[in-house]
Amino acid sequence: MLNITVSLVGTILIESPNWKIPANMSDSDEPAEITSQCASPRAPRARLSEQLRPAILSVLVLTLLTGCVFPLLLFAIARPLLPRQAGGTLVTRGAAVIGSELIGQEFTRPEYFQSRPSAAGSGYDGTSSGGTNLGPNNPKLMNGAADFAGIRQLAEEYRKRNGLASDAPIPIDAVTRSGSGLDPDITPANAELQISRVARARGLSEQAVRRLVANHTKGPQFGFLGNPRVSVLELNLALDQSLNQAAPPTLR
Amino acid sequence: MRWLEYLVFLVIVLGLARPVGLYLARVCQRQRTFLDPALHPVESLLYRMLGVRPEQEMSAGVYFICFLLFGVGCTIVLFLVLISQRWLPGGPADTYLTTPMTTDLAANTAVSFTTTTTWQAYGGENTLRYLAQVIGLVAQNFLAGAAGLAVGFAFIRGIAREHSATVGNFWVDLIRSLLWVVLPVTLVGSLVLIWQGVPLNMAPYTLVHTLEGRTQTIAQGPVAALEFIKNLGTNGGGFFNANGAHPYANPTPLTNFLGMLAIAVMPASLMITFGHMTHRPAAGWVLLMVMVALFVVGLVVCNWAETAPPPQLAGLHIVGGNMEGKEVRFGVGESVLTAIVTSNTSTGSYNSMYDSYQPLGVLVLLVFMLLGEVVFGGLGAGVYSIVMFALVSVFLGGLMVGRTPEYLGKKISSAETRWIVLYALITPAVVLVLTGIAIVTDAGRAGLVTNFGPRGLAEILFAYASCMANNGQAMAGLNANSVFYNDTTAIAMLVGRYGLAALALMLSGRFAAQRRAPTTAGTLPSDTPIFGALVFGTIVLVGAMCYFPALALGPIMEFLGH
Repeated sequence: MLNITVSLVGTILIESPNWKIPANMSDSDEPAEITSQCASPRAPRARLSEQLRPAILSVLVLTLLTGCVFPLLLFAIARPLLPRQAGGTLVTRGAAVIGSELIGQEFTRPEYFQSRPSAAGSGYDGTSSGGTNLGPNNPKLMNGAADFAGIRQLAEEYRKRNGLASDAPIPIDAVTRSGSGLDPDITPANAELQISRVARARGLSEQAVRRLVANHTKGPQFGFLGNPRVSVLELNLALDQSLNQAAPPTLR
Repeated sequence: MRWLEYLVFLVIVLGLARPVGLYLARVCQRQRTFLDPALHPVESLLYRMLGVRPEQEMSAGVYFICFLLFGVGCTIVLFLVLISQRWLPGGPADTYLTTPMTTDLAANTAVSFTTTTTWQAYGGENTLRYLAQVIGLVAQNFLAGAAGLAVGFAFIRGIAREHSATVGNFWVDLIRSLLWVVLPVTLVGSLVLIWQGVPLNMAPYTLVHTLEGRTQTIAQGPVAALEFIKNLGTNGGGFFNANGAHPYANPTPLTNFLGMLAIAVMPASLMITFGHMTHRPAAGWVLLMVMVALFVVGLVVCNWAETAPPPQLAGLHIVGGNMEGKEVRFGVGESVLTAIVTSNTSTGSYNSMYDSYQPLGVLVLLVFMLLGEVVFGGLGAGVYSIVMFALVSVFLGGLMVGRTPEYLGKKISSAETRWIVLYALITPAVVLVLTGIAIVTDAGRAGLVTNFGPRGLAEILFAYASCMANNGQAMAGLNANSVFYNDTTAIAMLVGRYGLAALALMLSGRFAAQRRAPTTAGTLPSDTPIFGALVFGTIVLVGAMCYFPALALGPIMEFLGH
């Protein structure tokens, strides 16, 4: 191994003698003896000693080009063109910012559809994205721990909250935590199981709520990308807006 | 629907391979392209400013030293930016930066981003300032990606030329890669991402009052500046901790799909560039088809492991595939596609959490990284990864049928064989030794804070495989922000970048000096499906021989034991 390492370093530094070219690279400004298919058949050889200047300058200049000029150019184009997206797609009601269309938030009241469980901070912490990182065979994932609800417990709570039988099938996204902990969406099946609870809490017919869910269900993008989904914040906002008379009085 | 998406992905990659490959060949050979009128003046200006003499050619040794010097320079600059980030103006507020930027973390991150690894031992939103992300990380995403592409060009040239003492000029390749390829594509791609919702601002973290009257703080930043180039440059490190799973980094299925295309199209096209420049187009297509075959096998296995109802949930009446650690907008389908693409291309811009994958799913990702990113592979690095396996195949095939070991007219004598074997052995040597050290030392085992047993071993093996392959994705249950992991993973990243590139360039220098032997009846043809099958078999065989014991104790044991 040592031999090989030495020969590797040797080859890099002084080049292989097998090539039958001068080992000393500093005197090779004259055309290389054996060339063909090069950019130019008589291309001069670059000297090693002359490479330090381009090395230092290129690091600095190209860092400026890609780390300063490029982002500034992107800002200059995108900020006027797409100000809402560039600003984080924030949702406002009146003067108050109530969230971002893209970032999930936690809902616990029965009159709102609820997001998936979250492992971001203490739940939907927008400054601490992440998943549980628990392996599927890790007992903590199934059974939980002191400060962590396992899948068993989450399933039990979900069924109780939505008035489901203890063996009623529930969609897996309702009891698993997303990768970011900020998943804004739930599956249509998950929304479907929450409809009767939300309708009851708001004194609405299930049909009215189901229609609203259907209106806010997005199919796969362009018909084939990704999964059907329901944005929870969007749906809950729509619930508050279109069914304003039934909205609970405590709402801000 | 899932399968349609997989199919469309492969069709687009293969459909773009030829036009993009021929364009890359023109960039590599300094031929005219439609972008010349705009870019030529910038190119000349840069050569003058940097003192580059574009007419000069470099031997493989000088080429490598320039690549190394450039990497060292970038590492120093990035280290300085990171370590002095507290003096940089702009957000986010200090209270959110809970992970201190220690010297070892800064050094690890500097090495990581300048080697296209972008292994992240930190979470972006609670460690880095906006300007450190832009001036530091965005710049290195460009530069490391373009430098990798330059080495790929030099490697192809070495095999394409005969009687040549040189393989090109590193600075010319670097600047042309940046101007003709990486920068323009990134500008357009980044704008599409912003249109889809990726933020680009320098605003403080937004305090919102949610619908239920709680408060939520949402991290902001110049996210879009990083999110496209991280994929195009096959880097992969995200702006936020959750990387591609974060809805700001990857808001829609379209942004995810575009990101996957940004990763895979150019490395796949480089095989066409390779075939075109060596005047053996079929040889390039054969290697590309080997890649596609491996890709499909991995996709099918991982898809099966993740879409099956998790066996751990049997009896709980829970319906659906494994959604733990996955986002609803991607579902299992786009998550698995992304996992396979990122594991194969030294990119690591994951959009789901690999620690939550089923054992067989983890096995597939791990194997792809351990094989050395041969399927598409890193930008530039992918070419020599697969060609090295082709050379091993030629050698083995030559031994079996008693034919002269030759590839594309280049003789593989004992000296070449030495470089090839060293190349093949260096990855298992580094990965397995470092994994061994980690599991027998307290400092190494201290990283296992989430999972234990076979999955703990898989996490450690995954970490070193990922760093050696310059991939950067993690099974994030491993707490890798410690002096031990910051130092040992940096070693793997450096060997994976410069060690492998040195061997590849040396070999290409030797090939450049050779004449091209005429094809005779004694030549093992390298552009037939049979040769493709031989390469496929060699990859599987070499991979199995090197890693089966380690894999058996990790994911395979977890799979069988539960």
